[in-house]
Amino acid sequence: MKRKTVSVWVGGAAGDGIASVGESLAKIFARNGLHVYAYNSYQSVIRGGHVWWQMRAGSEKVYTQPETAHILIALNQDAIDQHALGVETGGAILFNSDRMQVRPEHLAHGAQSCGLPISKLAKLPIMQNTVATGAFMYLAELPLGSLEKALEERFGKKKPEVVQPNIDAARAGYEFAKQNWKQFGLGLGLSKTQRLVMIGNQAFGLGALAANCRVYTAYPMTPASSILHFLASNGPKNGCVVKQCEDEIASMAMAVGAGQTGARAMTGTSGGGFALMTEAVGLAGMLETPVVIVNVQRGGPSTGLPTKTEQGDLFQVLGASQGEYPRIILAPQTIEDVFYTTAEAFNLADRYQCPVLILSDLLLSEHTETVDPLDLNVKVDRGEIVSEWTSSEPYKRYLNTPSGVSPRVFPGTRNAQHVSASDEHDERGIVISDVFTDPPTRKMMMEKRMRKIDGARKELAKTYAPKLEGSPDAEVTLVGWGSTANLLRAMMRRLEEEGVRANIFLIKVIAPFLGDDVTAALSTCKRLVMIESNFTSQMARLLRMETGIHIKDRILKYDGEPFVPSEVYKEIKKILARAPAREAVAPR
Amino acid sequence: MADAAVFKSDIKPDWCPGCGDFGVLNSLQKACADLNLEPHQVMIVSGIGCSSNLPGFFNSYGLHTLHGRSLPVASGVKLGNSDLTVIATGGDGDGYGIGAGHFVHSMRRNLDITYIVMDNQIYGLTTGQASPTTERMIKTKSTPQGNLESQLNPIALALAGGASFVARGFSGEPTHLAELYKQAIRHKGFALVDVFSPCMTYNKNNTYTWFKERIYKLEDQRHDPKNFEAAMARSQEWGTQIPIGVFYQNERMTYEEGEPAMAHGAMSKLPFKPLDPSILLEFV
Repeated sequence: MKRKTVSVWVGGAAGDGIASVGESLAKIFARNGLHVYAYNSYQSVIRGGHVWWQMRAGSEKVYTQPETAHILIALNQDAIDQHALGVETGGAILFNSDRMQVRPEHLAHGAQSCGLPISKLAKLPIMQNTVATGAFMYLAELPLGSLEKALEERFGKKKPEVVQPNIDAARAGYEFAKQNWKQFGLGLGLSKTQRLVMIGNQAFGLGALAANCRVYTAYPMTPASSILHFLASNGPKNGCVVKQCEDEIASMAMAVGAGQTGARAMTGTSGGGFALMTEAVGLAGMLETPVVIVNVQRGGPSTGLPTKTEQGDLFQVLGASQGEYPRIILAPQTIEDVFYTTAEAFNLADRYQCPVLILSDLLLSEHTETVDPLDLNVKVDRGEIVSEWTSSEPYKRYLNTPSGVSPRVFPGTRNAQHVSASDEHDERGIVISDVFTDPPTRKMMMEKRMRKIDGARKELAKTYAPKLEGSPDAEVTLVGWGSTANLLRAMMRRLEEEGVRANIFLIKVIAPFLGDDVTAALSTCKRLVMIESNFTSQMARLLRMETGIHIKDRILKYDGEPFVPSEVYKEIKKILARAPAREAVAPR
Repeated sequence: MADAAVFKSDIKPDWCPGCGDFGVLNSLQKACADLNLEPHQVMIVSGIGCSSNLPGFFNSYGLHTLHGRSLPVASGVKLGNSDLTVIATGGDGDGYGIGAGHFVHSMRRNLDITYIVMDNQIYGLTTGQASPTTERMIKTKSTPQGNLESQLNPIALALAGGASFVARGFSGEPTHLAELYKQAIRHKGFALVDVFSPCMTYNKNNTYTWFKERIYKLEDQRHDPKNFEAAMARSQEWGTQIPIGVFYQNERMTYEEGEPAMAHGAMSKLPFKPLDPSILLEFV
């Protein structure tokens, strides 16, 4: 307990109310000025199974879920059996002593058994969670009033009659703990700093709404569904139609149709749904329709691990759809980054008139974290638009311009009628495929479209300039992308504390790949280690393909769970003890 | 009334001589003119196939999309700009084969879209394979021993699927067909017009003559389009007597009428508005 942090686990079965205990605690921490990071490990069942909420809070930024707990709140016997030995020496196991038992073997690592006689402390057995949370508030030295407020908010509107009994139960839990056990003396350093607490998918929704997304389409799929849920309840009042579709093929096609009208459009799914979308992603490429697509990756292949995390879709997204067309692929790293990247994705889609894909994963999208207040006044740039057409010449939707970007009109504009065609077409949109194929026109149109990548690459190299984070003369550079950013930052700090100079390099722009900039940034590095959540180290392979830089030292995880910091740390130390693999950094 | 010629594009259709799709195109141009629509107010969304080339020959906004996906794209267009008159077009393979799932859900959804299927009972552009509406035991390139699957009945499927307007026309009856289009476009909600549009090249069975010998008009038989059971009964007629006309019409609330986000007008025309910070309260 050397840092000013508190680690709490909540374990039980699906249906036991773990998420509501976890979410309430996260809000309570945040309202008391603490940083929070939480990960909920769950399965694809509605009732039963084992759910394990792992949360850390502290007065300084916390980057990962805890590996051990100060306090385990066990909502069933299984949680005690599975997690008691993960409770730190001197830590507490809070449990309903009417229904569960802590046996001596559970305390082998020095935890203390903190049984709560729920029948004596609350009116109904269902209030065991509230009693336990009350006891937690005492042990972790948090103000009980914060919990009372959270209970009022949770039940006040829906079931006002249970507010008081729950507050009584919370107080009883708090008092019982006070009489029976000692506080931990964590010295958390509470403050009044305001922070928001949310999951990544809510930030996707907020970013889309801030950018004035007008149509969001989706088919339910874990772990992307919470974007749909957030937007379904917040979209209409903020000018966004939210449409659940019959399948992902329809979601993508509908987003393209909406994008074609000039309404900003987005769709979201996971890898399996994205596989269905791919043909229409290419359609957006050919029609040059601005559209934003979110792929929240989960464990694959096929239905794979529906409720587990993985970064296995990189190549799927890179290769989505037949043929070649400009696409922008971005991998945000934190919840704040998800918000700002999503908002900017709409600008990029409008400016380059192409699909913009955002790669997230279950960990980034579903983990809970505190974020600094978000700036909702995001920049909006609709790109080149022709608002009226008075020329006697026909409007050319696909005008061959130096940038490759053809100023677009929104359908409904008088005198600018045209067809946008999936078949290869000329500058007016007239298909060239059927009666005669016209090689020079095909070549011109292909080059026009692909030229947009040059502009996008230049812009992205400025907006999201690839750079090393941390000491410039590090002995080791940890390379990663997306959700592992938090882990890499934690690892860098830990290595630095242990006297190993380390820095990190995160690849955010996946397409167009910023090869020159990445090569320049990595050219000074002594030792590169790739850390990613997949089997074949897709990012290391992409990096080699695009730059020739071959990272042979790789730490990979594909069991569905997020990286465990101490395990990664050990791996890094092992790698550093070895002689550097030859060609660890290729010559430029 | 406007002149149908304003809806003609400067591209000459590349359909085979005698193709039924010419009649479909001409009747649609006449219908749009009769309805006093202007070219910029119309968006025609097609899939892929011979008939899906129609938007190129029609002077309006057009979208030529993917095989089977005209309806979800058209739905997106309508959600994006409900001020547009949205017409989806395609063939029987496009709509009843690869796009059948979207067809069913579009009927349920009831956006104000007109869907014209040029039904020639064959795959034309891929040179003559069996389609979902090919009759049983008909020999095609993909069914040289005869088609073993039974023929899909689009009218019955549309009725069962909840389409609020169900009609069938024949490109050999262009005046009648134009009237059907006008009713379909005026109809508030999803309107299907299945059109017998003979393929001169690959379907030697269901020819103009074949249809002329069999079709009759529902309105001549005093069919009541409000009567669902009667519509379902008429939809089963095939063989010596094949009905064309409006089988069924039942105006109900459209999707866009019920969608709160669309109450303030076409989504693509809403002015930019910064997000109200109160949305963050739920995260504090």
